[in-house]
Amino acid sequence: MIKLENVTKKFPGMEKPAVNDLNLEVKKGDVCVLVGPSGCGKTTTMKMINRIHEPTSGTIYVDGEDALKMDPIKLRLDIGYVIQEIGLFPHMTIEENVATVPNEKNWPKDKTKKQVNEMLKLVGLDPEVYGNRYPSALSGGQRQRVGVARAMVSDPPIMLMDEPFGAVDPITRARLQNEFLRIQERIEKTIVFVTHDIDEAIKMGDSIAVMRNGNLIQHSTPDELLSSPKDEFVANLVGRNRSIKRLHLIRIREILEEVDRAKPAPEDMPLDDIKKRVSDSDIRSVIVVDNDNKLKGVIGVSDLKRKTGEVAADYMNEIEQSITSDATLNDALSVMLEAGEGYVAVVNEDDVYQGTITLGDLLNVVKEDS
Amino acid sequence: MVSPMISLLDLLYAAGNRAALLTQAAAPSTFARTIQYIQRRSDMLGDLVLEHLWLVVVSVGIAVVVSVILGVVISYRTSLASTVLAICQILMTIPSMAMLGFMVPLFGIGFTTGVIALILYALLPVVRNTYTGIREISPAVVESAVGMGMSEWRVLTKIKIPLARPVIMAGIRTATVMVVGIAAIAAYVGAGGLGELIFQGISRSNEPMIIVGAIGVSIIALVFDFVLSWGERRLAAIGKGGS
Repeated sequence: MIKLENVTKKFPGMEKPAVNDLNLEVKKGDVCVLVGPSGCGKTTTMKMINRIHEPTSGTIYVDGEDALKMDPIKLRLDIGYVIQEIGLFPHMTIEENVATVPNEKNWPKDKTKKQVNEMLKLVGLDPEVYGNRYPSALSGGQRQRVGVARAMVSDPPIMLMDEPFGAVDPITRARLQNEFLRIQERIEKTIVFVTHDIDEAIKMGDSIAVMRNGNLIQHSTPDELLSSPKDEFVANLVGRNRSIKRLHLIRIREILEEVDRAKPAPEDMPLDDIKKRVSDSDIRSVIVVDNDNKLKGVIGVSDLKRKTGEVAADYMNEIEQSITSDATLNDALSVMLEAGEGYVAVVNEDDVYQGTITLGDLLNVVKEDS
Repeated sequence: MVSPMISLLDLLYAAGNRAALLTQAAAPSTFARTIQYIQRRSDMLGDLVLEHLWLVVVSVGIAVVVSVILGVVISYRTSLASTVLAICQILMTIPSMAMLGFMVPLFGIGFTTGVIALILYALLPVVRNTYTGIREISPAVVESAVGMGMSEWRVLTKIKIPLARPVIMAGIRTATVMVVGIAAIAAYVGAGGLGELIFQGISRSNEPMIIVGAIGVSIIALVFDFVLSWGERRLAAIGKGGS
């Protein structure tokens, strides 16, 4: 889908080339993450694909065609583009921002409107609420979402993303990453993704290209990168605790089936049954759900002693730690550490209870792997 | 910026001196005679005000078109920027009397000569603000526009100019208020307007004429300033959440 052949970029006045004789191929529907320290040429490489930078020598093929011979405007209109600072247009509403490419392509008004609304919904922003706001009225995370919606609105087969989740706090970033992966599973774009964060690379990438000083050091799957780093530089980049990094590679739903845990308690469960459930449980607690199986709270051993009442709802505490099943094990770990508990309740998008993951489960995964 | 102000102040100062001399001598106060003058010559005054407004609107209008184009050009060719801005700066520092003096042998006497001189004075604020307004746009905004496939012309008209507009408007306001003042002196080369009243008042030692002319010029300047700064605030509000 995207192929770079012997691509070199030398900026005027610079002694060394920013990108040196680079060969890279990204398959259709794959996410290729370019990773490396700042100044390694990863952003320059990405920006040559839509010709923001013109290569000094070499060839770039996009969908089999020589990109350097195409009209750059036409090329760019079919490549979604998100940069770190997002670059939303401050004088336009969210709707107008997202409609940028459709307007450049002269789509009919109603088609644009429909597609813009659909896109905003896809990234989790209600078009009724946010459509007419200006970017300055949005939070950082919301702006990132708009940036992604704007890049995807005309359904381009290729997306270029330069640290698209860079400017938000770690928790929002994890959520945006998970949402994006969920969307990507459905739309299967070919994506070139730039980051300096190896954890993000491992999480997002179907393949990872490690760069240094303008050279491509290793291009392989995340698993390969972790198990057999090509040289010391790559080994240092992925770090010593590689088995922990593997937690990034595994999604909660992949292990949820295997873990065997006490069933949740309905809100109207009588006291005796609850006691039995809690003592059966390896987390000495039991999750409480309502009639629709939605997560309501949790009852621990101490709650049974401290409180009085007849049914589960009387003893229940609010539960702080819940996570969706498409998050990674690493996300689950951070949620547990943050809540100071050894378990996390897993729910789906509608808050329906799916199961519980414990620290022990994570340990087992790491042990099996190493 | 300095010279036209001084010329205008000089006129006012002269008017004040004469008024002081005369109040000692003659019976009806200057104030009363000024009111009388306004009542008697209101038709002519209205014409002069319109003439003055026309002079300002035509010169600022042309200056804005020229300056915005110049400002845009130097935002692309930054090597030219310092030269162009320096030339505009020099034009602005020429005393207005001298500037009009230069113009007469070239363009003769009349409205056109006045307009040309006023255009030259109005260039700097608008060129400079257009240039800085465009340069101050976040590079990320421009890059994402280009990266999404907007042509350079579309980026200019849809992104750069709208974003620089509040800054450009501020430049236009500065230029307009300044031109209102200098336009009074353009009467010297027969461009018309309230300046005529002032010049005639000086030569006839008729202080009500001078006062009416000077106050008229100030009121026009204040009105322009008010209206344009209101417009500026409206433009600035867009994109800041309000509209």
